[in-house]
Amino acid sequence: MSIDTETARRVAKLARIKVEDDQLPALASEFSAILGFIEQLNEVDVEGVEPMTSVTPQRLKRRDDVVTDGSQQEAVLKNAPDAREGFFAVPKVVE
Amino acid sequence: MTDLTKLTIAQARDAIRKGDTTSAEITNACLSAIEGAGALGAFVHHTPEIAANQAKAADARIKAGDAPAMCGIPLGIKDLFCTKGVPSQAASGILEGFKPEYESTVTTQLFDAGAVMLGKLNMDEFAMGSSNETSVYGNAVNPWRRGNEDTALTPGGSSGGSASAVAADLCLGATGTDTGGSIRQPAAFVGITGLKPTYGRVSRWGIVAFASSLDQAGPMTKDVRDSAIMLQAMCGHDPMDSTSADLAVPDFEAALTGDIKGKTIGIPKEYRMDGMPEEIEKLWADGTAMLKDAGAKIADITLPHTKYALPAYYVIAPAEASSNLARYDGVRFGHRAKLAQGDGITEMYEKTRAEGFGPEVQRRVMIGTYVLSAGFYDAYYNRARKVRALIKRDFDQVFADGVDAILTPATPSAAFGLGENMDPIQMYLNDVFTVTVNLAGLPGISVPAGLDSQGLPLGLQLIGRPWEEAELLNTAYALEQAAGFVAKPTKWW
Repeated sequence: MSIDTETARRVAKLARIKVEDDQLPALASEFSAILGFIEQLNEVDVEGVEPMTSVTPQRLKRRDDVVTDGSQQEAVLKNAPDAREGFFAVPKVVE
Repeated sequence: MTDLTKLTIAQARDAIRKGDTTSAEITNACLSAIEGAGALGAFVHHTPEIAANQAKAADARIKAGDAPAMCGIPLGIKDLFCTKGVPSQAASGILEGFKPEYESTVTTQLFDAGAVMLGKLNMDEFAMGSSNETSVYGNAVNPWRRGNEDTALTPGGSSGGSASAVAADLCLGATGTDTGGSIRQPAAFVGITGLKPTYGRVSRWGIVAFASSLDQAGPMTKDVRDSAIMLQAMCGHDPMDSTSADLAVPDFEAALTGDIKGKTIGIPKEYRMDGMPEEIEKLWADGTAMLKDAGAKIADITLPHTKYALPAYYVIAPAEASSNLARYDGVRFGHRAKLAQGDGITEMYEKTRAEGFGPEVQRRVMIGTYVLSAGFYDAYYNRARKVRALIKRDFDQVFADGVDAILTPATPSAAFGLGENMDPIQMYLNDVFTVTVNLAGLPGISVPAGLDSQGLPLGLQLIGRPWEEAELLNTAYALEQAAGFVAKPTKWW
């Protein structure tokens, strides 16, 4: 599968990673090489095989729906690049 | 006591209990060794004050007669583990300055058992790499060299700092994590023992996530006994990790009898790769003979889907990574890009992630995004998950037929030079023998078994049945005793 620069641009956008226009052709060719490698999977007969969801045959555990933690505003905000008045601060989202 | 840093965990434990030395003495010896080993690039955050306090507390506990096996043992901790108040940045620029407000379950358990933290260890960024060359801190370097050359060799990856530190006697043991081979490949490259437990044996809580269905933490140690001792302290059920297994933990060290009479060891024909170096082939044959001499039965087995493990891995791991790494958005922790006038929140995300993630992480996040995107999800992601089911079925079949453990080479080559292996797909091939084990959720251990013609260590891998780490460690112990690997790197750093 050959990836064109438009596809590379779209993937970068979906991944929210800024890629400069002049970098897109190189990125597209890297993707093509990796996807070419992955395409070996098409040789495998997977007819009737269920996709694996859990490698160990155990039910995902559940716990009681009760509050077990909380009231840690200071700790939660401690590593934020920009925290103000008890909130995470980000550039204006709504005009 | 001559050189305290050279002790194994078991030797140190016994010496401390007998009163021949103290945790403080061993810890100080390690701290001095670390100070003199900057050229290895192994330790990237130093915590001598924490170490001194923990050693003092450990010595007090031992005096009081309360001494678990890991009490007073100085360790290095891979940078992927969150350690409270200590930088934990997964060797990534995007977590620059991040100091967790909490402690991972593994480090909590180790510290509760009295272990001492010397500092944080280098690794590939977000554990994505096989040579430690994707680290924001720069390379970790292998203490081994080829003959009399001074070419800097990779300690492997992603747990490269852990491998380098243990092999160079900077610490008595180290934590590692393994998503596709990141404990076993570096262990093989530096001549130490590295164990990846069964998926679910060790809690993932507080370990920076890469690919959650594959990630597992484990010990990297100087010998098999130490891996048994350290695993004991690391594992167990944890309600904070929903995939953590609620199973009894056996006494791993007590399982080390060295008796493997009547056990069946499988030799998978698919692991005999085209172009495999003769030395690896010979090492594998020698290892097979050793286990046979120890009384094991050798069985030729087939794992037909082996060839498809790496391509399946390079769909599943990036897919999970793209989802896990979505959290690095410049809002809650770590790096945020400087914004231009008029930049909105999308520009903030895009610039932050472009600046914070290195090239390999960006590549994998974008591949993961692609294979999960509308129109490709079935063709790539679902197909890879089906192939993964077939890979696991191969192992299930072999174990059902009575095989107790499987012997393979750990890596397709000895350690290579830093900068020698720059093509991403060539780099991925490093994990060809280890990645199947992650996909099938099995325990695997790398044991040093010999030197190549240039004097570099080579490792063999043993793969065990799910939850049978005790039996696996015992087989590894038998192999270790037969191989008698005692070589150490000559100090140049």
